[in-house]
Amino acid sequence: MKAVLASTVAVGIVTIAGIEKDAEAEYGDVVMNQYSDDAGMRPVVFPHWFHRIRFRCKACHGDLGFKFEAGGNDVNMVKIIDGQYCGACHNGDVAWSIENCDLCHSGVAGTPTQVHHSTTQKPKARPVEQSMSQPESSDGVEE
Amino acid sequence: MNIRTVRNTRVIAVVFTAAIFVLFALRWAVAESDPNAFNRLLAPKTERNAPPATDGIHDPAAFGTSLLQSPRDAFAALPKSTAGNFINWSRALADGALNPRYNINDPTQQPIVFDLNIVREVKGSMPDVVYPHKQHTEWLDCANCHPAIFIPLKGANNISMASILLGEKCGVCHGKVAFPVSECRRCHSQTKTAPAVVRGENDD
Repeated sequence: MKAVLASTVAVGIVTIAGIEKDAEAEYGDVVMNQYSDDAGMRPVVFPHWFHRIRFRCKACHGDLGFKFEAGGNDVNMVKIIDGQYCGACHNGDVAWSIENCDLCHSGVAGTPTQVHHSTTQKPKARPVEQSMSQPESSDGVEE
Repeated sequence: MNIRTVRNTRVIAVVFTAAIFVLFALRWAVAESDPNAFNRLLAPKTERNAPPATDGIHDPAAFGTSLLQSPRDAFAALPKSTAGNFINWSRALADGALNPRYNINDPTQQPIVFDLNIVREVKGSMPDVVYPHKQHTEWLDCANCHPAIFIPLKGANNISMASILLGEKCGVCHGKVAFPVSECRRCHSQTKTAPAVVRGENDD
């Protein structure tokens, strides 16, 4: 029992230590949290890398009308069920269907809508620049 | 198995776990306390392309997180680069390591590739920018960039590194998904042809 307890504590501490560092999300990962937090769901993490292995940019950004802007697309579950946006593929035909809620809704609660490792995100992290007037964010990072 | 063996196994397990715990604590303490730690703010190479459960933005408690693929596994067979995903996506296409769909429903549809290089002479001392339509049209449709982001007319687009860093022009993709702007020479790749100011012998 002690061993189990000790390993649980050790794993817990290592996990906490890992999370306390800067998130090392994959370059291009998009967090979508326009409605999720309010609806009591985890925010969506969209892995660009996974999708660009399978599709060229044009498939989503041309044919499906996704704008090049995190937070710039008003995606909700009604539209997805209706076959728009993610729903064009995530329909049980091209890709797995929407009943697998937390395959998408798997983000840490409270993470704002953003593109991880985006260049427009980095200057905002500096306290000096936060006090200066910022131009309108182009990737929807929450102020 | 007698009582003693069980007890010994338990002791060994406890000691082993404690040792692991102490090692992690030490590593963490050293990293936190050493002001001259090597690459203090840089994530070590071993932590690149981390699996979703440890990447900091996925919730390890979500059941789905454990089902998601690790980028490390997906990238194993792809050509490497030095920034972004640490994958050279263009080369992956050119080498045939990847063949992503151009149309979501039709795996056979091929992109309309347009092979035209645009050379932009830059003001500073950096080499001129060569913009290859070829690599871009492998992934994108003309209408993704023209005319909303770039007016398709020579001299009509005012591009600066400042606007790119703020996510405009090239920065709509580069710095977010496409290779980041730290890779200066992948764009600034053509040495200026005009000679620099020729200095006289006694100019010093």
